[in-house]
Amino acid sequence: MEDTPTAGAPPRNGTWKKHLIHLFPVPAILFYTLFIVYPILAAFTYSLFEWKGLVMGRFNNFDNFIRLFTQEPYHTMFWRALRHNLYYFVVEMVVQNGIAFGLAYLIFRKIKGASFFKVAYFLPRLLSVIIVGFLWKLILNPNMGILNAVLRKVGLESLTTAWLGDPDTALTAVVLINSWFAIGFYMLILLAGLQSIPEEVMEAARLDGTTGFRLIRSVVLPMMFQPMVIVIVMTFIQSFEAFELVFAMQGSTGEPFYSTDLLAVFFYRTAFGGNSGDTGSLGIGSALAVVLFAIIAIISAVFMKYVNHKETA
Amino acid sequence: MRLRVMKRSVLYVLAVGYAIVSLFPLLLMLISSFKPNVEIFTKPLAWPSKFSVVSYDKLFVELNYSKYIFNSAFVSVATLVILVVCSVMVSFYIARFRFKWNGLLFFYFLLGMMLPIKLGLVPLFLLVRDLGLINSYWSIILIQVGAGLPMAVLILSGFFRTLPSELEEAGRMDGCSSGGLLVRILVPLMKPAIGTVVIINFIGVWNDFFFPMIFIQDEAKKTIPLGMLQLFGEFTTDWSVLFAGLTLSSLPMIIIFALASRQFMDGLTAGAVK
Repeated sequence: MEDTPTAGAPPRNGTWKKHLIHLFPVPAILFYTLFIVYPILAAFTYSLFEWKGLVMGRFNNFDNFIRLFTQEPYHTMFWRALRHNLYYFVVEMVVQNGIAFGLAYLIFRKIKGASFFKVAYFLPRLLSVIIVGFLWKLILNPNMGILNAVLRKVGLESLTTAWLGDPDTALTAVVLINSWFAIGFYMLILLAGLQSIPEEVMEAARLDGTTGFRLIRSVVLPMMFQPMVIVIVMTFIQSFEAFELVFAMQGSTGEPFYSTDLLAVFFYRTAFGGNSGDTGSLGIGSALAVVLFAIIAIISAVFMKYVNHKETA
Repeated sequence: MRLRVMKRSVLYVLAVGYAIVSLFPLLLMLISSFKPNVEIFTKPLAWPSKFSVVSYDKLFVELNYSKYIFNSAFVSVATLVILVVCSVMVSFYIARFRFKWNGLLFFYFLLGMMLPIKLGLVPLFLLVRDLGLINSYWSIILIQVGAGLPMAVLILSGFFRTLPSELEEAGRMDGCSSGGLLVRILVPLMKPAIGTVVIINFIGVWNDFFFPMIFIQDEAKKTIPLGMLQLFGEFTTDWSVLFAGLTLSSLPMIIIFALASRQFMDGLTAGAVK
């Protein structure tokens, strides 16, 4: 195999030392292949086998997938969790990213104290999701939590409820808490996008008398196509692999009554416990992982393709 | 003119309004940790009548909290050191040498950005078990190194390409080997990019509870987020201790952020936007 020397290539009058360079990527390839690539590929294989506890049984074709989609309780749990994931994604897109854009735009318009606001909005993102979950669990506690205490104080007693214990409000509460956690991060990405708009473009628009919402709609948003797609893709991936917050706050069955159950929570429960007593659960868990992975990969690829198409068009 | 002032003040009201939404829960957590339980319930919004550190005392004495901090610190530092060394080496190779396979190698690492490793949990669990790493720090460290590599390779190889190659030629004239060149000339120039990699992964590793929860059952090896999980099981009625635990767990990250908030925020967006 002939190496093509470039500006920085090792000298060819080499000793054995020049071949040492080929060892440079080895540790990284090793760790990455063993702990990331292999487990994901293996999940595909695992999904096609029967499992007895942690022991692989015989090959059983697509039986795990068929059971996932036809057998109870998997069938009900899957579609319910998928609906919850979609809801999670939509609320994040509208509330979380809407507020994130608004805040980024405020800072972009050069309000005083911008650096303070940036820090203040970003701060929650530094907490562990488990701490976020527990903190809000205390705040939303129906009897002793501060939110209901405040509502009582200002005479809105009728609004007080067990936010996390009521199936009607629990999922929304969890998504909003996640938004509280993540807004600062999305704000930073959108702000970076805003700041990459050439100053002349903004100037020209202002000279034309374009201001307010029209400025945002017809000048700012079209110039921010790429960062916005990044935000959408990241929000999508994160909402479809969301697990920690629900697990910390509502347990592995997505209480109350599975109202906060998400696909990744369902996956964890199926593979590692919860739906116990079922011999096939590891296989069905793997089948679910494959389905979830396919959803994430396909949708992200479509989004990305759309970006490239727009860019070259 | 008056309209302009009014518009301007609306902007400030919104900015301050969301700052309160963002910071208030954190402030509440901090203040409540200094209150006795009774006060948390009777006067939830009030300043503590007297600052009491009883809860913090309890954390360190009864719960051996310093052990969790040590474990988290060890796991984070080990992960970051291994990750930086590995990713600098592979990125140097990808960006600076043109062999047949290094485009493919770059693509191989990029793919990892789209792979949610959580979905490989079942095989990962069996792998870690077969390697005899259950209950070992190394289970978490090695997984986090693997998970951090795609982003690290993307950032570092991009940065390597921006460094002028004349530097290296000069180094080679002086008889530097590739390794010497990398360590003595290039790495010092790469501090900003390495800083970004360190920051992104530090937040992730320090705060993660998913992998420790799966792989660490041994009480003596639990990290801070796992400690929190346990705290909530045991102290469900002692809110002051719970708030103290939450505060203490978030504090290290917030202190580091206070010292380097600019690098934190710039680094994070550099990783996300590029």
